[in-house]
Amino acid sequence: MSAVEKQNPVEARLDALTIPEGGFAAPARAEALARLRAMGLPGRRDEYWKYTNPADLVAAMPPVAPAFDNGDETPVFDAIDRLKIVFVDGVFDAAASDDLTLAGVEIARLAEPADISWAGGLYGKLEADGQTPVARPMAALNTAAATDGVLIRVTGQAARPINLIYVHSSETSDPILHHCIKLEAGAELTVLENGPAGARFNKVMEVDVGEGARFHHVRAQGRDHQRRAVTHIFARVAANALFKSFTLTANGVLTRNECVIDIVGDDAVAHVAGAALGDGATGAFHHDDTVFVTHGALRCESRQVFKKVLKHGATGVFQGKILVKEGAQKTDGYQISQSLLLDDDSQFLAKPELEIYADDVQCSHGSTTGAIDETALFYLRSRGVPVDEAIKLLVLSFLADTIEEIEDERLRDDITERLEAWLNRHQD
Amino acid sequence: MLEIKNLHVKLEEEDKVILKGVDLTVEDGKVHAIMGPNGSGKSTLSYVLAGRDGYEVTEGSAELGGEELLEMEPEERAAAGLFLAFQYPVEIPGVGNMTFLRTAVNAQRKARGQEELTAGEFLKEVRAKAKTLKIDAEMLKRPVNVGFSGGEKKRNEILQMAMLEPKMCILDETDSGLDVDAMRLVADGVNALRDAGRSFLVITHYQRLLDHIKPDVVHIMADGRIIKTGGPELALEVEQNGYADILAEHGLEGVV
Ligand SMILES: Nc1ncnc2c1ncn2[C@@H]1O[C@H](COP(=O)(O)OP(=O)(O)O)[C@@H](O)[C@H]1O
Ligand SMILES: [Mg+2]
Repeated sequence: MSAVEKQNPVEARLDALTIPEGGFAAPARAEALARLRAMGLPGRRDEYWKYTNPADLVAAMPPVAPAFDNGDETPVFDAIDRLKIVFVDGVFDAAASDDLTLAGVEIARLAEPADISWAGGLYGKLEADGQTPVARPMAALNTAAATDGVLIRVTGQAARPINLIYVHSSETSDPILHHCIKLEAGAELTVLENGPAGARFNKVMEVDVGEGARFHHVRAQGRDHQRRAVTHIFARVAANALFKSFTLTANGVLTRNECVIDIVGDDAVAHVAGAALGDGATGAFHHDDTVFVTHGALRCESRQVFKKVLKHGATGVFQGKILVKEGAQKTDGYQISQSLLLDDDSQFLAKPELEIYADDVQCSHGSTTGAIDETALFYLRSRGVPVDEAIKLLVLSFLADTIEEIEDERLRDDITERLEAWLNRHQD
Repeated sequence: MLEIKNLHVKLEEEDKVILKGVDLTVEDGKVHAIMGPNGSGKSTLSYVLAGRDGYEVTEGSAELGGEELLEMEPEERAAAGLFLAFQYPVEIPGVGNMTFLRTAVNAQRKARGQEELTAGEFLKEVRAKAKTLKIDAEMLKRPVNVGFSGGEKKRNEILQMAMLEPKMCILDETDSGLDVDAMRLVADGVNALRDAGRSFLVITHYQRLLDHIKPDVVHIMADGRIIKTGGPELALEVEQNGYADILAEHGLEGVV
C-alpha cells in the first residue's frame, strides 16, 4: 500500500488494537473478526447510523479526553450493599474490587479464564445472532478484541447485586470490555453499572436469561461531558423469564446504547428503559438509544420506555423496533419514546418501527416531542412553587415512567437523586 | 382585602377583549360570589388575578392587602396569600400529591421568611386536614390528580387551600361535576376555613353551591363586566328566572 493510499478503516482500527490470543474465546474472536471485516465499520451513510455520526467511535484512536471530576458527589449505588468489580481504563482493579465470590453465583474474568465451559457457548453467540437483520459492527469489533470483562453464571438467587464500576483515569484510554451473564433456570440477579470507563468505551453485555429466571439491570453512565461510548446489550429471554434494563445517561458528547432482545420462550417479559439528560451549554451532547426487540414466542410482553430531556443544542436519537415473528401470538408489545425540549435549540430524532407477522397481537408505539406544559407550570406556580422548582418537578414528572421501570425502590431513589442533582446543576 | 379597579384584559395573541372594566372589592372575612353565563369572563378574571400567561392587562389594577398583584409572578401572588382553586385541576403524573403539597407549603413559607415545616410536622398537619375532607392516605400518595374522579380533584384543591392557608381564596366552578355528597364535602371544607382574616370569591354557574357556602355579596358578571351586585337573594333570583331578565336590563340579550 502506498503512503498516500487511504488505509481501510477496519484495518486502521484493528492495527491500533492487540487482539488477545488463545483461551476459550479464541474461536469466537476469530469468527467475529471475519464478520467485522466482511461488514466493515459503520459510516455516516449507513441507514442505521443516519442520526448519529460514528466517526469518533470508529476512528483508529480516540480523541483525547481528560477524566471528569465528580466533585464531592457520593458515587451512585454507594449506599447499596453490592459486590463491586472495578475496571480502571478497562483494566481490572483487584484492590478496589471485592472478592469475586457470591453465593449462588460463579464469577470469572474474561482475561483470566478458569474452568468456564459454559461461557464458551455464550461468548459472541448472542452478539452474532444479533447481527441480523441489522449489522452491528461495533459489537463484532468488541467480541473480536475485548481485553477483559466478567463472566457470570447465576444458579440461584444472588445474595447481592453485582456492581460493575468503570473508572476513567487516562486521557487516551480506549477500553473494550465484554461481559457474559448466564442465568440458569429460576435464578435471579441484579447488575449495576456505573462510570465512564475511559476516553472512549466499547462495551458488550450478553445476557442469557434462562427459564423463569429474573435479570435486573440498572446503569448510570456517569457525568463525563467527554464520554464517547458505544454499548450493546444482547439478551435472550427464555420462557417465563424476566429481563429488565434501565439506563440513566447524563451528559456525554457521543453515546450510543444499543439493546437487542430476543424473546424466545413463551410468557416471558422484557422491559428496557432509558432516561437521558443533555445540556449543550456544558458540552456537546448527542445521545442515541437504538433498540431491537424480537418476539418469537407466545404471550410475551415487551416494553420500551425512553425519554430525553434536552436543552441548549442537545441532540437525542431513538431508533426502536418491535419485530413480531410469525406465530408469536398474543404478543403485547409497547414502545414509547419522548423528548422534552427545554428550549428551541435542541432536537430529537426518532424512528419507531413495528414489523408484525402474527395476527393476534397487541402492539403500540408512540413518539412525541414537546415543551414544558404551560398549564401544569402555571398550576404549580399558582401554589407558590418558584418557576425553577416547578420546571424541575415537571421534568421529573416527564421522566417518571422510565424510573418506574426500576423495581428496587432503593435503586429508584438513588437514580432519582442523581436526576435531581443534575437538574439543580443545570437550571439555566 | 382584594380590590379590583377598572380591570381591562385582552388576549395577548389576539385582539379579543375579555374583561371590559371590572370593579370589585372583597373585604376581609367576606364571601363574595360571582355568577354569570358561560363565556362572560369569570375564569379569565381568576386566571388574570393568579397570573396566568396569555392575557394582557390594558387598564386597571388589582391589589391584595394593598399590594399590587398584577406586577407579581404567580408564585409571588401565592406567597402574598392568593389561592385559586382551578375549574379544571391539572394532572401531574409522576409527582406524588404529598411531595407536591410539601413543596408548595415550604416554598411559600420560605418566601415569607418562615421556617420550613419538618417532614413530621407536615405529615401530621396534612393527615388531619385530609381526614376532614375524606381524602385517604392512598390518595395522598398517588400522583397529583392522576386518576382522581371529578370530586376527588375538587377535594384535593380544597386540601391544598387548607394547607396553604391563603388570605384570599378564589374558587372557580368548584361545584361543577360534583354530586350532592361531594359538593357538601367541598362546601364543609370551605366553611371550615371561613375566618375573619380570610376572604372568598366563589365563582359558580349555579345557585346550589351557595346554599352550602353562604355568600355575603353576589355579583352578576356578563360580557366582561360586573353588571349587578346584591345580597344572597340575587342568587335565588337567578336560580328562578335565569339570566335573561338581568341581561335584558343591561341591553345584553344576545349574550346567553
Ligand atoms: N386563552 C384563551 N384563548 C381564546 N379565548 C379565550 C381564552 N380565554 C378566554 N377566552 C374567551 O374569553 C371568553 C371568556 O371566557 P371565560 O373567562 O372562560 O368565561 P367563563 O369562565 O365566564 O365561562 C370566552 O369567549 C372565551 O372563549
Ligand atoms: Mg369558567
